[in-house]
Formats: sequence, structure tokens, C-alpha cells
Amino acid sequence: MAFWIASSPHNHIQAQTPKLMRLVLLATLPGVLAQWYFFGWGNLIQIGLAVLFCVLAEITFLAIRDKNIKAQISDYSAVLTGVLIGISIPSFAPWWITAIGSLFAIGVVKQLYGGLGYNIFNPAMAGYVLLLVSFPVQMTSWAPVNDLIAQPVDFLNTLWLIFTGFTWDGFSVEQIRMNIDGITMATPLDTLKTDISRGLTVEESFVNPVFGQFFSHGWEWINLGFLLGGLYLIFKKAIDWRLPVSFLAGMLLFTFIGYVLSPDSSASTMFHWFSGGTMLGAFFIITDPVSGSTTQKGRIIFALLIAFLVVIIRSFGGYPDAIAFAVLLANMAVPLIDQYTRPRTYGHNQGGKS
Amino acid sequence: MAEQSIDKPSEYRELVWQGLWKNNPGLVQLLGLCPLLAVTTTFTNALGLGLATLLVLICSNATVSAIRQWVPKEVRIPIFVLIIAAFVTCVQLLMNAYAYGIYQSLGIFLPLIVTNCAIIGRAEAYASKNPIKQASFDGLMMGIGFALVLVALGTIREILGQGTLFDGAHLLLGDWAKVLKIQVFDFDAQFLLAILPPGAFIAMGFLIAGKNYIDNRQAEKLAKDNKPKEIERVRVNFEG
Repeated sequence: MAFWIASSPHNHIQAQTPKLMRLVLLATLPGVLAQWYFFGWGNLIQIGLAVLFCVLAEITFLAIRDKNIKAQISDYSAVLTGVLIGISIPSFAPWWITAIGSLFAIGVVKQLYGGLGYNIFNPAMAGYVLLLVSFPVQMTSWAPVNDLIAQPVDFLNTLWLIFTGFTWDGFSVEQIRMNIDGITMATPLDTLKTDISRGLTVEESFVNPVFGQFFSHGWEWINLGFLLGGLYLIFKKAIDWRLPVSFLAGMLLFTFIGYVLSPDSSASTMFHWFSGGTMLGAFFIITDPVSGSTTQKGRIIFALLIAFLVVIIRSFGGYPDAIAFAVLLANMAVPLIDQYTRPRTYGHNQGGKS
Repeated sequence: MAEQSIDKPSEYRELVWQGLWKNNPGLVQLLGLCPLLAVTTTFTNALGLGLATLLVLICSNATVSAIRQWVPKEVRIPIFVLIIAAFVTCVQLLMNAYAYGIYQSLGIFLPLIVTNCAIIGRAEAYASKNPIKQASFDGLMMGIGFALVLVALGTIREILGQGTLFDGAHLLLGDWAKVLKIQVFDFDAQFLLAILPPGAFIAMGFLIAGKNYIDNRQAEKLAKDNKPKEIERVRVNFEG
């Protein structure tokens, strides 16, 4: 009979990486379906492309690094990175954008740092930031929501648009993004930012049809979808509830401060919660167990820091959305946060002195 | 003077090896990173700054070495800085007169050569302890090493960022050089990251990684070549 002598902790969580990753993939479904409903086939094609390139990059780099390819591919982490990239990329972006982002995310951000578990930065968000910084035109060309589009785009046309730059019927992305009056439509966050810089107040800006009935037309349902998936993850104990809760609470706090100080130039908390990538960020991005903080107190600080940065960049920065930048900046702060929030081990005094 | 005559060729060979590869100011000492990363957006800019630094480095090394007997140890740094600043001013005026285009595109980074640690580092570490000949040769080699890294980085970033090579070479070499411009490939969109500072850091990282990779392979090869001999020696001892 074997007598196992193991060091603490003796009580392990039995969760396995592939199982966890599959669960997270499943939980993105409601949000992805909402995205499909409002933005058409584009995002599903982008997700497919991103997953393909991520897995190819993973296989290539694992082969170069002489690692066990089969074991590391079947943990689904590359697939998840691909899905997250595909969700974040504008639906009509050309295919090489997705390819470059995926290759960078897996090749440089993940594998060069040592593969799963060793990356300092969130691969999907680093890939997204690379694209946003390098190709601002393509990366901000979000199509308007389906029912605001003058020229509906079906599956074949979308596929053609992504691979050649024009639809089967010969329309370019710019033409599709125009409404009936010939004005290019942007995302709600982008529209609000432009309007405020033009001297309009938030209320005047909200007349624009991109904001829809509630906060931001179409986007609120996508965010609701990701919220639903996220709650499922919390229910399954796949992610720590502290992260999304403190993130959303942080956004409430910081947007409230903005709203009190200057109601005409700051949108409401609900707008911030339900537009852009807030819910995707809250439940699927900042909960990344590798690049985020690992201590309980640290996670709260980490999420609050991201919330603060998101609100600041959305209000004063040059880019309309800020989840990716905020997450990367907070990733850099993680070692410091972890250092100062190390929990007291049993039998030791506060502050690490025994 | 006795030190000068000891094994001359190998000393110079060592200086070449140190400056160009083993102790390269850009890749190994990581000195002067600020101009290295900021200016290398195109090949031409990189070459311009590389030549300017090379010139300053040779002159300052020679001067520092020439006056090394009279420099009091306590105030050597200000004296070195003054010497370097004087040469930087010369180079700056020369470039202003003969290569105005490149002078403009280098901007503040030309006068900032004064603060380039590679130059003061060489003055302190080598020139202030060695005779003029070796010191100037060291300056030449270190300068070439630095310029090579600059040019490599400039080439990579220009090709990735704009898809061109030798764009704007006429600013440095005269109007005939306009024909040098090569369109390597055509993008619909610029790859902005390569031109922005983060791209410089990433490309620099890859250059350093490449150098370390070559070094490691070399070391492994050397170890493999030496191994059989060691085993033989052990066996001989065992039997003996």
C-alpha cells in the first residue's frame, strides 16, 4: 500500500483546465448569440477565423518548443483565446486583422512567455490592443446594428466582405456603415464621445438612433447575454464572484462621481454597464486566472483598478472603449498587488514576520 | 608605453570582437536605449544617428585618453561630459550645415547624444585607462556596433511599418539617393505598431533574443566539441 506524503494544501480543487475552459466557452454562448442576432454573421465568422489561427499558432509554437502538443491543445485555452478575440473584433474587419491578432496573442503574448500559466498579460486583450493600436481604421469600423443598416448583409456577403473587402454585391465596409442619410454610424460609445467633443450634452446626444430605446441599441442585449453567461459561471464556481462584483461596483462608483461633477458630459452608470465590452470584460476577461491577481483582497483591488481605468479612458481618453487597455495596465500591476495582499498564513503574524 | 607593445594584433582583435558582438553597446550593455528606440523609425534616421554617435564616440575616446594623465579622479565625470558635449556640438553644427533634412528629422535626439550612456560609459571604462590608439579604435568599434544595431532596428521597423526601405535616404546622402527607395511590399493599411515606441521595444527584444540564441548555440557546440576530450582524460586517470 502506498503511503502518500504530500505537502499542503491537502484539499485540492478537482477542477481540470479543459473542463473549466469548456465551461467558459459554453458560457459565452448567450452573448455570442445576441451578437449574431444584432450584428449578423460577421462575428461568428471572425470567431471561427480567430479560433483557427489561434490553434494553428499554438500547434506551431508547441512544436517549435518541443512540448506535448496533444495535451496542451486539448486544454481548450487557445480556443478560448480565439473566441474572445473573435468576439472583440468588429464584425466586418478583414480576415488578416484576425490572423495577425491571433498569431500575436498566442505566439508572442502566450508562448514566448512560457505558455499557459506563465503569461503576464491576457493574450486575447494584448492581441486586441496590438490590432487597435496598429489598425485604428479597421478596428473601429463596427457595423451598425442590423435593423439600422440600409443594406442588409447576408452570410455570403459577409464572408465575401471579410475576405475581399467588398460584399458579393460590391459594397465596401464604409458604404454599409452609412445610414439612409449617408452618415456613417458608429458604436454608441464612439458616438457619445464624438458628440461630447462637439459640445453636445449627453441628453442631446442620446437622440441618435444608435442609442435605441434603452442605453445603447443592440449592445445592451449583447451585454445582457454575457451577464447571463457570467452569472452561470459564478453559479458553477468557475470564476471568483469578487472580480465582476467589485468591477461593476467600481464602475458604479466612478461613473457616479463623474455624473455628480458634470452630468452633461458623463453618461449614466447603466449606459457604461451595458455598452461596449463591459460585461464581457467583467465576467470573461478580468477573471482570467493566469494574468489576474490571485489573492482575495488583491482581486478586489485589481478589479477596482480596471474599473477606474475604464471610466477614465472612456471619458477622457482617445479611444471609445477601454476594457483592453485597462486590463493590460492592471496586469502590469498584478505582481505588486499580489506582493502587498499576501494573506497571513496560519501561525504567522501580520506582515510576514514570524 | 610598455603596455602598447604587448601582443598588439590580438588586443585589437579583442576590441573588434567586444565592440561588434560580445559587448555590443546596443544589444548587451543596453546603453543609449532612448535614441535607439525613439529614432529608429526608418533606415535613414537610424543611419544618421548611428554615424553621428560613431563620430562623437571616436573623438571623445581619443580626447579622454589623451588627457587622462591630467584629469583629477574626483572631477572626471564633468570633464568627460564637457568633452562629449563639445564634440556633439561640432557634429550637430556639421549636420545642420550639410544634412539639414536628417538634422530636422532627428530633432532633439541629436543634442541628446551628450547623455548617451554608451559614450560616457566607454570614456569611463576604457578610454580613461588606455592609450590613444587603442581608445580611438575602441570608440570606432563600439560606434560601429551601436550603429549596426540602430540600422538593423531601423530596417525592421521601416519594412514592417511602411513597407519601404531606404525611404528618405536623399536627406542623408544627397539627391541621387532618391532612387534607392525600395517598395518592399504594399499595404492597404500601415502597421502602425512597428512605427510606434512599443514596436521598437518588441523588435529590440527579438534582436536581443536572436543574439542570445546564436550565443547559446555556439556555447552548446563548443561544449559538445570539448566533451570527448574530457571523458578521455577521466578514463586515463581511472586506468592509471
